[in-house]
Amino acid sequence: MSLHLSYRAAPGNPWFSWQYVRDNSDTILAALREHAWLTGRAVLIAALVALPLAVAAYWFRSLSGPILALAGALYTIPSLALFAFLAPYLGIGAVTVLSVVALYALLVIVRNALAGLNQVPPEVREAAEGMGYGRWGRLFRIELPLALPGILTGLRLATVSTVALVTVGVVVGRGGLGQLIFAGFQNNFYKAEIMTGTVLCVLLALVLDLVLAGVGRLLTPWLRRRAA
Amino acid sequence: MNPVEQAVVWLNDPLNWTNPGGILDRLGEHLSISALAVLLGCLVAWPVGLWLGHTGRGGGAVLLVSNVTLAVPTLALLTILPLTFLGFGRPAVVVALAVFAVPPLLANAYTGVRQADPEARDAARGMGLSGGQLLRRVELPLAVPYLAAGFRTAAVQVVATAALASFVNGGGLGQIIRAGFGLDIAAGGGQIIAGGVLVAGLALLVEGVLALVERAVTPRPLRRARGAANRRVTDATAGA
Repeated sequence: MSLHLSYRAAPGNPWFSWQYVRDNSDTILAALREHAWLTGRAVLIAALVALPLAVAAYWFRSLSGPILALAGALYTIPSLALFAFLAPYLGIGAVTVLSVVALYALLVIVRNALAGLNQVPPEVREAAEGMGYGRWGRLFRIELPLALPGILTGLRLATVSTVALVTVGVVVGRGGLGQLIFAGFQNNFYKAEIMTGTVLCVLLALVLDLVLAGVGRLLTPWLRRRAA
Repeated sequence: MNPVEQAVVWLNDPLNWTNPGGILDRLGEHLSISALAVLLGCLVAWPVGLWLGHTGRGGGAVLLVSNVTLAVPTLALLTILPLTFLGFGRPAVVVALAVFAVPPLLANAYTGVRQADPEARDAARGMGLSGGQLLRRVELPLAVPYLAAGFRTAAVQVVATAALASFVNGGGLGQIIRAGFGLDIAAGGGQIIAGGVLVAGLALLVEGVLALVERAVTPRPLRRARGAANRRVTDATAGA
Protein backbone atom coordinates (compact mmCIF):
# COMPACT_ATOMS: atom_id res chain seq x y z
CA MET A 1 0.00 0.00 0.00
CA SER A 2 2.01 2.93 1.26
CA LEU A 3 5.15 1.00 0.51
CA HIS A 4 5.85 3.42 -2.30
CA LEU A 5 6.00 6.23 0.20
CA SER A 6 8.45 4.48 2.44
CA TYR A 7 11.63 6.24 3.38
CA ARG A 8 13.81 3.30 2.47
CA ALA A 9 12.01 0.76 0.39
CA ALA A 10 12.94 -2.00 2.79
CA PRO A 11 11.08 -5.18 1.87
CA GLY A 12 11.79 -6.57 5.34
CA ASN A 13 9.98 -3.72 7.09
CA PRO A 14 6.43 -3.39 5.71
CA TRP A 15 3.79 -1.12 7.24
CA PHE A 16 1.27 -3.93 7.52
CA SER A 17 2.24 -7.41 8.55
CA TRP A 18 0.02 -10.29 9.69
CA GLN A 19 3.15 -12.10 10.65
CA TYR A 20 3.84 -9.46 13.28
CA VAL A 21 0.27 -9.50 14.57
CA ARG A 22 0.23 -13.31 14.85
CA ASP A 23 3.60 -13.54 16.53
CA ASN A 24 2.89 -10.80 19.05
CA SER A 25 -0.81 -11.24 19.70
CA ASP A 26 -0.23 -11.48 23.48
CA THR A 27 1.57 -8.14 23.67
CA ILE A 28 -0.92 -6.49 21.36
CA LEU A 29 -3.95 -7.75 23.29
CA ALA A 30 -2.41 -6.72 26.60
CA ALA A 31 -1.80 -3.22 25.25
CA LEU A 32 -5.32 -3.04 23.83
CA ARG A 33 -6.80 -4.22 27.12
CA GLU A 34 -4.83 -1.67 29.10
CA HIS A 35 -5.84 1.07 26.68
CA ALA A 36 -9.54 0.19 26.87
CA TRP A 37 -9.37 -0.16 30.65
CA LEU A 38 -7.72 3.24 31.09
CA THR A 39 -10.19 4.88 28.71
CA GLY A 40 -13.23 3.30 30.34
CA ARG A 41 -12.13 4.15 33.87
CA ALA A 42 -11.20 7.71 32.94
CA VAL A 43 -14.48 8.48 31.18
CA LEU A 44 -16.51 6.88 33.98
CA ILE A 45 -14.72 8.87 36.70
CA ALA A 46 -14.94 12.04 34.61
CA ALA A 47 -18.68 11.59 34.04
CA LEU A 48 -19.34 10.95 37.74
CA VAL A 49 -17.63 14.22 38.64
CA ALA A 50 -18.73 16.24 35.64
CA LEU A 51 -22.49 15.71 35.85
CA PRO A 52 -22.90 17.06 39.40
CA LEU A 53 -20.67 20.00 38.41
CA ALA A 54 -22.82 20.71 35.36
CA VAL A 55 -26.00 20.52 37.45
CA ALA A 56 -24.48 22.87 40.04
CA ALA A 57 -23.55 25.32 37.29
CA TYR A 58 -27.08 25.01 35.89
CA TRP A 59 -28.82 25.62 39.20
CA PHE A 60 -26.57 28.40 40.42
CA ARG A 61 -25.98 30.75 37.50
CA SER A 62 -23.20 32.57 39.31
CA LEU A 63 -21.17 29.33 39.35
CA SER A 64 -21.40 28.65 35.63
CA GLY A 65 -19.09 31.51 34.62
CA PRO A 66 -16.19 30.49 36.89
CA ILE A 67 -16.62 26.76 36.16
CA LEU A 68 -16.54 27.31 32.39
CA ALA A 69 -13.63 29.76 32.61
CA LEU A 70 -11.62 27.35 34.75
CA ALA A 71 -12.42 24.49 32.38
CA GLY A 72 -11.31 26.60 29.41
CA ALA A 73 -8.03 27.60 31.04
CA LEU A 74 -7.28 24.02 32.12
CA TYR A 75 -8.05 22.82 28.63
CA THR A 76 -5.38 25.14 27.25
CA ILE A 77 -2.69 23.43 29.34
CA PRO A 78 -0.85 20.87 27.19
CA SER A 79 -1.21 17.24 28.24
CA LEU A 80 2.54 16.77 28.59
CA ALA A 81 2.67 19.68 31.06
CA LEU A 82 -0.12 18.12 33.08
CA PHE A 83 1.82 14.86 33.19
CA ALA A 84 4.82 16.87 34.33
CA PHE A 85 2.86 18.48 37.17
CA LEU A 86 1.30 15.26 38.44
CA ALA A 87 4.02 12.65 37.89
CA PRO A 88 6.38 13.84 40.68
CA TYR A 89 3.50 13.45 43.16
CA LEU A 90 1.51 10.50 41.81
CA GLY A 91 4.56 8.58 40.64
CA ILE A 92 5.28 6.67 37.46
CA GLY A 93 2.26 4.55 36.68
CA ALA A 94 -1.34 4.12 35.70
CA VAL A 95 -2.71 6.50 38.37
CA THR A 96 -0.96 9.46 36.73
CA VAL A 97 -2.26 8.57 33.27
CA LEU A 98 -5.75 8.04 34.64
CA SER A 99 -5.76 11.41 36.43
CA VAL A 100 -4.57 13.37 33.41
CA VAL A 101 -6.94 11.87 30.86
CA ALA A 102 -9.87 11.96 33.28
CA LEU A 103 -9.27 15.67 33.84
CA TYR A 104 -9.49 16.46 30.12
CA ALA A 105 -12.56 14.23 29.70
CA LEU A 106 -14.14 16.02 32.65
CA LEU A 107 -13.80 19.41 30.96
CA VAL A 108 -15.41 18.20 27.74
CA ILE A 109 -18.32 16.54 29.54
CA VAL A 110 -19.03 19.53 31.81
CA ARG A 111 -19.15 21.89 28.85
CA ASN A 112 -21.50 19.75 26.79
CA ALA A 113 -23.73 18.67 29.68
CA LEU A 114 -24.21 22.30 30.69
CA ALA A 115 -25.03 23.23 27.11
CA GLY A 116 -27.56 20.37 27.04
CA LEU A 117 -29.19 21.50 30.30
CA ASN A 118 -29.36 25.08 29.11
CA GLN A 119 -31.23 23.95 26.01
CA VAL A 120 -34.22 22.76 28.05
CA PRO A 121 -37.02 25.12 26.96
CA PRO A 122 -38.23 27.45 29.74
CA GLU A 123 -41.86 26.55 28.95
CA VAL A 124 -41.14 22.92 29.75
CA ARG A 125 -39.53 23.91 33.01
CA GLU A 126 -42.48 26.07 33.95
CA ALA A 127 -44.95 23.37 33.01
CA ALA A 128 -43.09 20.90 35.21
CA GLU A 129 -43.14 23.37 38.05
CA GLY A 130 -46.87 23.89 37.54
CA MET A 131 -47.40 20.12 37.75
CA GLY A 132 -45.84 20.20 41.21
CA TYR A 133 -42.38 18.85 40.51
CA GLY A 134 -39.77 19.86 43.06
CA ARG A 135 -36.23 20.77 42.17
CA TRP A 136 -34.89 17.19 42.29
CA GLY A 137 -37.91 15.60 40.66
CA ARG A 138 -37.73 18.10 37.86
CA LEU A 139 -34.03 17.44 37.43
CA PHE A 140 -34.30 13.66 37.19
CA ARG A 141 -37.63 13.31 35.36
CA ILE A 142 -37.54 16.35 33.05
CA GLU A 143 -34.28 18.23 32.70
CA LEU A 144 -31.68 15.45 32.62
CA PRO A 145 -33.64 13.36 30.10
CA LEU A 146 -34.04 16.41 27.87
CA ALA A 147 -30.34 17.21 28.24
CA LEU A 148 -29.37 13.65 27.28
CA PRO A 149 -28.37 14.50 23.69
CA GLY A 150 -25.92 17.14 24.96
CA ILE A 151 -24.58 14.83 27.67
CA LEU A 152 -24.09 12.02 25.17
CA THR A 153 -22.30 14.32 22.75
CA GLY A 154 -19.97 15.23 25.59
CA LEU A 155 -19.42 11.58 26.48
CA ARG A 156 -18.66 10.65 22.88
CA LEU A 157 -16.23 13.53 22.34
CA ALA A 158 -14.58 12.78 25.68
CA THR A 159 -14.25 9.08 24.87
CA VAL A 160 -12.76 9.58 21.42
CA SER A 161 -10.27 12.19 22.58
CA THR A 162 -9.39 10.11 25.64
CA VAL A 163 -8.48 7.15 23.45
CA ALA A 164 -6.06 9.39 21.56
CA LEU A 165 -4.76 11.03 24.72
CA VAL A 166 -3.94 7.82 26.59
CA THR A 167 -1.05 7.30 24.15
CA VAL A 168 0.74 10.27 25.72
CA GLY A 169 0.99 8.06 28.80
CA VAL A 170 4.15 6.52 27.31
CA VAL A 171 5.94 9.31 29.11
CA VAL A 172 5.28 7.40 32.35
CA GLY A 173 5.43 4.00 30.71
CA ARG A 174 1.68 3.31 30.72
CA GLY A 175 0.44 4.42 27.34
CA GLY A 176 -1.56 1.34 26.35
CA LEU A 177 -1.38 1.11 22.58
CA GLY A 178 0.89 4.16 22.66
CA GLN A 179 3.44 1.86 24.21
CA LEU A 180 3.30 -0.24 21.05
CA ILE A 181 3.68 2.80 18.78
CA PHE A 182 6.58 4.17 20.76
CA ALA A 183 8.34 0.82 21.10
CA GLY A 184 8.03 0.37 17.34
CA PHE A 185 9.70 3.71 16.79
CA GLN A 186 12.53 2.85 19.15
CA ASN A 187 12.92 -0.72 17.86
CA ASN A 188 14.72 0.40 14.77
CA PHE A 189 11.54 1.85 13.28
CA TYR A 190 9.51 -1.35 13.24
CA LYS A 191 6.75 -0.08 10.95
CA ALA A 192 4.33 -2.97 11.46
CA GLU A 193 4.35 -2.40 15.22
CA ILE A 194 3.72 1.34 14.85
CA MET A 195 0.94 0.82 12.33
CA THR A 196 -0.76 -1.92 14.36
CA GLY A 197 -0.84 0.34 17.42
CA THR A 198 -2.20 3.25 15.40
CA VAL A 199 -4.89 1.27 13.60
CA LEU A 200 -6.08 -0.38 16.83
CA CYS A 201 -6.21 3.04 18.49
CA VAL A 202 -8.41 4.51 15.77
CA LEU A 203 -10.58 1.37 15.69
CA LEU A 204 -11.02 1.44 19.48
CA ALA A 205 -12.14 5.06 19.28
CA LEU A 206 -14.52 4.25 16.45
CA VAL A 207 -16.04 1.21 18.21
CA LEU A 208 -16.53 3.04 21.51
CA ASP A 209 -18.06 5.99 19.65
CA LEU A 210 -20.51 3.70 17.83
CA VAL A 211 -21.42 1.92 21.08
CA LEU A 212 -22.16 5.24 22.78
CA ALA A 213 -24.14 6.43 19.75
CA GLY A 214 -26.18 3.20 19.94
CA VAL A 215 -26.80 3.66 23.66
CA GLY A 216 -27.84 7.23 22.94
CA ARG A 217 -30.39 6.05 20.37
CA LEU A 218 -31.83 3.55 22.83
CA LEU A 219 -32.05 6.15 25.60
CA THR A 220 -33.74 8.83 23.50
CA PRO A 221 -36.49 7.05 21.55
CA TRP A 222 -38.48 10.28 21.27
CA LEU A 223 -35.84 11.85 19.03
CA ARG A 224 -36.03 8.91 16.63
CA ARG A 225 -39.81 9.16 16.41
CA ARG A 226 -39.56 12.84 15.59
CA ALA A 227 -37.00 12.22 12.88
CA ALA A 228 -39.07 9.48 11.27
CA MET B 1 13.55 19.70 48.96
CA ASN B 2 10.14 19.05 47.48
CA PRO B 3 9.75 18.99 43.68
CA VAL B 4 8.37 22.54 43.48
CA GLU B 5 11.39 23.97 45.30
CA GLN B 6 13.64 21.93 43.02
CA ALA B 7 11.82 23.42 40.02
CA VAL B 8 12.37 26.96 41.29
CA VAL B 9 16.05 26.20 41.78
CA TRP B 10 16.29 24.68 38.31
CA LEU B 11 14.62 27.69 36.71
CA ASN B 12 16.93 30.05 38.59
CA ASP B 13 20.08 28.51 37.18
CA PRO B 14 21.15 30.80 34.33
CA LEU B 15 23.03 27.97 32.61
CA ASN B 16 19.77 26.06 32.23
CA TRP B 17 18.59 28.98 30.13
CA THR B 18 21.65 29.72 28.02
CA ASN B 19 23.32 26.33 27.57
CA PRO B 20 23.09 24.67 24.15
CA GLY B 21 19.79 22.80 24.34
CA GLY B 22 18.78 25.07 27.21
CA ILE B 23 15.47 26.82 27.66
CA LEU B 24 16.15 29.59 25.14
CA ASP B 25 17.19 27.15 22.41
CA ARG B 26 14.17 24.97 23.09
CA LEU B 27 11.85 27.96 23.14
CA GLY B 28 13.14 29.05 19.73
CA GLU B 29 12.62 25.56 18.33
CA HIS B 30 9.17 25.34 19.86
CA LEU B 31 8.05 28.66 18.40
CA SER B 32 9.50 28.09 14.94
CA ILE B 33 8.03 24.59 14.62
CA SER B 34 4.65 25.85 15.81
CA ALA B 35 4.66 28.89 13.52
CA LEU B 36 5.50 26.78 10.47
CA ALA B 37 2.82 24.24 11.36
CA VAL B 38 0.12 26.88 11.80
CA LEU B 39 1.19 28.58 8.56
CA LEU B 40 0.99 25.30 6.68
CA GLY B 41 -2.39 24.56 8.24
CA CYS B 42 -3.72 27.99 7.18
CA LEU B 43 -2.43 27.61 3.63
CA VAL B 44 -4.28 24.32 3.29
CA ALA B 45 -7.41 24.80 5.37
CA TRP B 46 -8.47 28.38 4.69
CA PRO B 47 -8.78 28.26 0.88
CA VAL B 48 -10.60 24.93 1.08
CA GLY B 49 -12.86 26.03 3.92
CA LEU B 50 -13.74 29.35 2.30
CA TRP B 51 -14.46 27.71 -1.02
CA LEU B 52 -16.60 24.96 0.53
CA GLY B 53 -18.47 27.59 2.52
CA HIS B 54 -18.97 29.70 -0.60
CA THR B 55 -20.41 26.83 -2.62
CA GLY B 56 -22.32 25.56 0.41
CA ARG B 57 -21.21 22.00 -0.20
CA GLY B 58 -18.98 19.69 1.78
CA GLY B 59 -20.34 20.41 5.26
CA GLY B 60 -20.24 16.69 5.91
CA ALA B 61 -16.63 16.48 4.77
CA VAL B 62 -15.62 19.28 7.15
CA LEU B 63 -17.25 17.42 10.03
CA LEU B 64 -15.63 14.16 8.97
CA VAL B 65 -12.15 15.70 8.93
CA SER B 66 -12.50 17.00 12.47
CA ASN B 67 -13.93 13.71 13.74
CA VAL B 68 -11.24 11.58 12.15
CA THR B 69 -8.33 13.73 13.33
CA LEU B 70 -9.79 13.66 16.82
CA ALA B 71 -9.33 9.89 16.90
CA VAL B 72 -5.77 9.80 15.53
CA PRO B 73 -3.18 10.00 18.30
CA THR B 74 -0.56 12.72 17.85
CA LEU B 75 2.10 10.21 18.81
CA ALA B 76 1.13 8.01 15.86
CA LEU B 77 1.57 10.77 13.29
CA LEU B 78 4.80 11.92 14.90
CA THR B 79 6.25 8.43 14.62
CA ILE B 80 4.81 7.50 11.22
CA LEU B 81 5.63 10.61 9.21
CA PRO B 82 9.44 10.51 9.67
CA LEU B 83 9.38 7.04 8.12
CA THR B 84 7.68 8.27 4.95
CA PHE B 85 9.24 10.33 2.18
CA LEU B 86 9.35 13.33 4.53
CA GLY B 87 12.33 11.86 6.29
CA PHE B 88 13.57 12.48 9.80
CA GLY B 89 13.77 16.02 11.06
CA ARG B 90 11.74 19.15 11.14
CA PRO B 91 9.49 18.75 8.03
CA ALA B 92 7.88 15.60 9.43
CA VAL B 93 7.18 17.24 12.80
CA VAL B 94 5.74 20.35 11.15
CA VAL B 95 3.43 18.32 8.92
CA ALA B 96 2.28 16.16 11.85
CA LEU B 97 1.37 19.26 13.87
CA ALA B 98 -0.25 20.97 10.89
CA VAL B 99 -2.63 18.03 10.51
CA PHE B 100 -4.05 18.86 13.94
CA ALA B 101 -4.29 22.57 13.09
CA VAL B 102 -6.49 21.90 10.07
CA PRO B 103 -9.84 20.95 11.72
CA PRO B 104 -10.41 24.18 13.69
CA LEU B 105 -9.19 26.32 10.78
CA LEU B 106 -11.33 24.47 8.26
CA ALA B 107 -14.48 24.33 10.40
CA ASN B 108 -14.28 28.04 11.17
CA ALA B 109 -13.60 29.15 7.62
CA TYR B 110 -16.57 27.08 6.50
CA THR B 111 -18.91 28.29 9.25
CA GLY B 112 -17.70 31.86 8.84
CA VAL B 113 -18.77 32.00 5.20
CA ARG B 114 -21.96 30.02 5.77
CA GLN B 115 -23.20 32.33 8.50
CA ALA B 116 -22.82 35.47 6.36
CA ASP B 117 -26.16 37.26 6.25
CA PRO B 118 -28.11 35.85 3.27
CA GLU B 119 -29.56 39.32 2.67
CA ALA B 120 -26.07 40.78 2.30
CA ARG B 121 -25.31 37.99 -0.14
CA ASP B 122 -28.50 38.68 -2.14
CA ALA B 123 -27.79 42.39 -2.19
CA ALA B 124 -24.26 41.75 -3.49
CA ARG B 125 -25.62 39.46 -6.19
CA GLY B 126 -28.18 42.12 -7.10
CA MET B 127 -25.38 44.64 -7.49
CA GLY B 128 -23.91 42.33 -10.09
CA LEU B 129 -20.99 40.85 -8.16
CA SER B 130 -19.66 37.61 -9.55
CA GLY B 131 -19.14 34.57 -7.36
CA GLY B 132 -15.47 35.36 -6.76
CA GLN B 133 -16.17 39.01 -6.01
CA LEU B 134 -18.94 38.00 -3.62
CA LEU B 135 -16.54 35.74 -1.74
CA ARG B 136 -13.76 38.34 -1.65
CA ARG B 137 -15.72 41.49 -0.86
CA VAL B 138 -18.69 40.30 1.18
CA GLU B 139 -18.31 36.83 2.61
CA LEU B 140 -14.62 37.00 3.48
CA PRO B 141 -14.85 40.24 5.53
CA LEU B 142 -17.90 38.91 7.33
CA ALA B 143 -16.06 35.69 8.12
CA VAL B 144 -13.10 37.46 9.75
CA PRO B 145 -14.24 36.92 13.35
CA TYR B 146 -14.56 33.21 12.67
CA LEU B 147 -11.22 33.00 10.89
CA ALA B 148 -9.56 34.76 13.82
CA ALA B 149 -11.25 32.48 16.35
CA GLY B 150 -10.19 29.43 14.38
CA PHE B 151 -6.65 30.73 14.11
CA ARG B 152 -6.47 31.15 17.86
CA THR B 153 -7.81 27.67 18.57
CA ALA B 154 -5.45 26.12 16.04
CA ALA B 155 -2.38 28.04 17.20
CA VAL B 156 -2.94 27.26 20.87
CA GLN B 157 -3.47 23.63 20.04
CA VAL B 158 -0.33 23.43 17.92
CA VAL B 159 1.77 25.10 20.61
CA ALA B 160 0.39 22.59 23.11
CA THR B 161 0.90 19.58 20.84
CA ALA B 162 4.41 20.68 19.84
CA ALA B 163 5.50 19.57 23.32
CA LEU B 164 4.92 16.00 22.14
CA ALA B 165 7.52 16.39 19.39
CA SER B 166 10.03 15.56 22.09
CA PHE B 167 8.93 11.90 21.88
CA VAL B 168 10.65 11.67 18.52
CA ASN B 169 13.45 14.05 19.46
CA GLY B 170 11.82 16.80 17.42
CA GLY B 171 12.95 19.59 19.71
CA GLY B 172 10.85 22.14 21.55
CA LEU B 173 10.22 22.73 25.23
CA GLY B 174 8.90 19.21 25.67
CA GLN B 175 12.50 18.00 25.50
CA ILE B 176 13.08 19.51 28.94
CA ILE B 177 10.26 17.44 30.42
CA ARG B 178 11.41 14.30 28.61
CA ALA B 179 14.97 14.80 29.82
CA GLY B 180 13.63 15.14 33.35
CA PHE B 181 11.74 11.86 33.03
CA GLY B 182 14.95 10.36 31.70
CA LEU B 183 16.54 11.06 35.06
CA ASP B 184 15.03 9.50 38.14
CA ILE B 185 11.82 11.11 39.40
CA ALA B 186 13.62 12.04 42.63
CA ALA B 187 16.47 13.69 40.74
CA GLY B 188 14.52 15.03 37.76
CA GLY B 189 11.27 16.02 39.50
CA GLY B 190 12.27 19.68 39.63
CA GLN B 191 13.22 19.74 35.96
CA ILE B 192 10.00 17.95 35.01
CA ILE B 193 7.85 20.50 36.82
CA ALA B 194 9.93 23.40 35.49
CA GLY B 195 9.43 22.11 31.95
CA GLY B 196 5.72 21.74 32.60
CA VAL B 197 5.54 25.33 33.83
CA LEU B 198 7.33 26.55 30.70
CA VAL B 199 5.10 24.56 28.31
CA ALA B 200 1.88 25.50 30.08
CA GLY B 201 2.97 29.13 30.43
CA LEU B 202 3.73 29.39 26.74
CA ALA B 203 0.34 27.92 25.81
CA LEU B 204 -1.52 30.31 28.10
CA LEU B 205 0.55 33.25 26.84
CA VAL B 206 -0.18 32.44 23.19
CA GLU B 207 -3.86 32.07 24.06
CA GLY B 208 -3.88 35.48 25.74
CA VAL B 209 -1.96 37.29 23.00
CA LEU B 210 -4.08 35.80 20.24
CA ALA B 211 -7.26 36.74 22.11
CA LEU B 212 -6.08 40.36 21.90
CA VAL B 213 -5.17 39.96 18.22
CA GLU B 214 -8.56 38.42 17.57
CA ARG B 215 -10.23 41.41 19.16
CA ALA B 216 -8.08 43.85 17.21
CA VAL B 217 -8.78 42.36 13.79
CA THR B 218 -12.52 42.03 14.39
CA PRO B 219 -14.30 45.16 13.12
CA ARG B 220 -16.29 46.84 15.86
CA PRO B 221 -19.76 46.06 14.49
CA LEU B 222 -18.87 42.37 14.34
CA ARG B 223 -17.57 42.16 17.89
CA ARG B 224 -20.93 41.20 19.27
CA ALA B 225 -20.95 38.17 17.00
CA ARG B 226 -17.54 37.18 18.30
CA GLY B 227 -18.79 35.57 21.49
CA ALA B 228 -21.22 33.50 19.49
CA ALA B 229 -18.47 32.57 17.05
CA ASN B 230 -16.22 31.42 19.86
CA ARG B 231 -18.94 29.32 21.35
CA ARG B 232 -19.68 27.66 18.03
CA VAL B 233 -15.98 27.11 17.51
CA THR B 234 -15.61 25.27 20.78
CA ASP B 235 -18.65 23.20 19.88
CA ALA B 236 -17.16 22.35 16.51
CA THR B 237 -13.75 21.45 17.81
CA ALA B 238 -14.48 20.47 21.39
CA GLY B 239 -12.17 17.82 22.65
CA ALA B 240 -9.53 18.59 20.12
